[in-house]
Amino acid sequence: MTQLALVIDLNVCVGCHACVTSCKQWNTSGAAGSLMDDNPYGKDPTGTFFNRVQTYEVGEFPLTETVHFPKSCLHCEDPPCVPVCPTGASYKREEDGIVLVDYDKCIGCKYCSWACPYGAREIDEKQKVMKKCTLCVDRIYDETLPEAERKPACVLACPTSARLFGDVHDPESEVSIAIMEEGGYPLMPEWGTQPANHYLPRRKTRIKIHEDELTRVDNPLKKEGHLPETDDGPFLEDSTSW
Amino acid sequence: MHPAFSVIFLTTLIGTAQGLFLALVTAQTYGAIGALPDQNLYFYSFGSLIALALLVAGLVASFFHLGHPERAWRSAAMWRTSWLSREVIALPAFMGTVFVYGLLHYMDWNPNLFGPNAPPEGELTFLVGLVGVFLCFALFVCTGMIYACIKFLQEWNTPLTPLNYTLFGIASGFTLATAFSAFYAPQLVAFFGYWAITFTVVVFLTRAASLIRNKRIKYRSSIRSAIGVRHGQIQQKSQGSMGGSFNTREYFHGKTAVFLKSIKWIFLVLVFPVPVLLLLAGINTGSTVLLLLAFIVQYAGLIAERWFFFAQANHPQNLYYQTI
Ligand code: SF4
Ligand code: SF4
Repeated sequence: MTQLALVIDLNVCVGCHACVTSCKQWNTSGAAGSLMDDNPYGKDPTGTFFNRVQTYEVGEFPLTETVHFPKSCLHCEDPPCVPVCPTGASYKREEDGIVLVDYDKCIGCKYCSWACPYGAREIDEKQKVMKKCTLCVDRIYDETLPEAERKPACVLACPTSARLFGDVHDPESEVSIAIMEEGGYPLMPEWGTQPANHYLPRRKTRIKIHEDELTRVDNPLKKEGHLPETDDGPFLEDSTSW
Repeated sequence: MHPAFSVIFLTTLIGTAQGLFLALVTAQTYGAIGALPDQNLYFYSFGSLIALALLVAGLVASFFHLGHPERAWRSAAMWRTSWLSREVIALPAFMGTVFVYGLLHYMDWNPNLFGPNAPPEGELTFLVGLVGVFLCFALFVCTGMIYACIKFLQEWNTPLTPLNYTLFGIASGFTLATAFSAFYAPQLVAFFGYWAITFTVVVFLTRAASLIRNKRIKYRSSIRSAIGVRHGQIQQKSQGSMGGSFNTREYFHGKTAVFLKSIKWIFLVLVFPVPVLLLLAGINTGSTVLLLLAFIVQYAGLIAERWFFFAQANHPQNLYYQTI
């Protein structure tokens, strides 16, 4: 069984919001109609987004770190938002695990948004139906697009490649390997929703240098200093041709 | 959560209607075994009419909650998994039964189904009444479970939620029955009145239990598990939008802590002690005004109670929306 998902690398995300704008652009132009924007340039702007980038500060000044945190529907493997829907408008696709809303069936009761612990669902206040990330389902299977572009709009837009897209059930996939090797984790594991999307943690690259590595223990001169000059004889590089 | 008045009116109105219907059937049962004086037919039919009117009013209120009320019929589809869907089925079924119950009494069409000698008399209305009682409790459970089944809304995720919905409905329904009988069946005032007081006292205990429970809740989610960073000091700096969004409106009550607390005390006073005193005074003086007032005060208190019920629930998504 396939489970498509995003893996988001918090170590790389710089919080530029490119994924937010490209998501909005793609999904507001689709067959499902526009995503609501109310008063976008006025005093109290509001609107529907599938994806938002939030910013957190970890630690206390001056030892702080900034974490930019993109959040969209996690396409949970056991999605609590689906069984509560009275109309069946919310459903999880068997074939690829994408959680979708059928906008023609949704009555806008908002019950599913109460049942999502992540706040990933937002009602479209103009169309009066529930909306959420579709993993660009109208794009990833579109054979009129070049194969490299059959990915969610956010993934293509990310300038730092912080967003990976693939099948988390295929152990060989790029996303599975990233989760395995880079310590990918799900959000709020305490509710058993088994989010398909994973996050890669912030990680620091450190080299460990031991005291004895600062002074060469095998120094033939027994003291630190310039090595004796070599004479100008032929070097190995001169006589080989690699 | 943000308390929506559509849902507040839906739950309080149908709760009262259900309680009133239970009161009618109770009176009929007592009457059938001779423990209470028989009532004329209009008592039951007019009582059912009031219950039906409240149910219709609740249903109308609920439509204001929907983005697409014209598609509401679709919501009966997922009764296998969704308590909301089950409620959508139970409510009209109950309404239909109340209508039939009232109509049978009005038409005085009450044959003895199991032969003339089998007690109690008037089995048809009795049978319809029993079906109604069953549907009534099913509806209470559905309404309560809509909230109780969401496990991360920890204030609601307890058996006390459906229990309170049931008992609040019964208490207010019996209070209404007391006021109603003051006009149409004065012999029943004391019977309904003391039951109303009993249920009000019982629901005071169960609601107090849920208030105490909710005070001690340990939230399972934290900002740490929400973003997956293990650190004691995490502060949100931006939520990804300059203005508000659905997420900042739907899940916050938007009032101060003092306001919240005052609503709690308002409902604790209006739902429990005041109606009990008014009922006692009304029963003993036979004053219809006092009995009517008891119901009005209790219903107003129930609106505050329901508002508080929603406002108090803390949704884990709020962890992601702590600052603009
Ligand atoms: S993140 Fe929320 S909306 Fe998306 S599948 Fe999980 S519970 Fe449902
Ligand atoms: S808002 Fe729409 S998708 Fe959500 S539970 Fe209601 S009908 Fe289902």
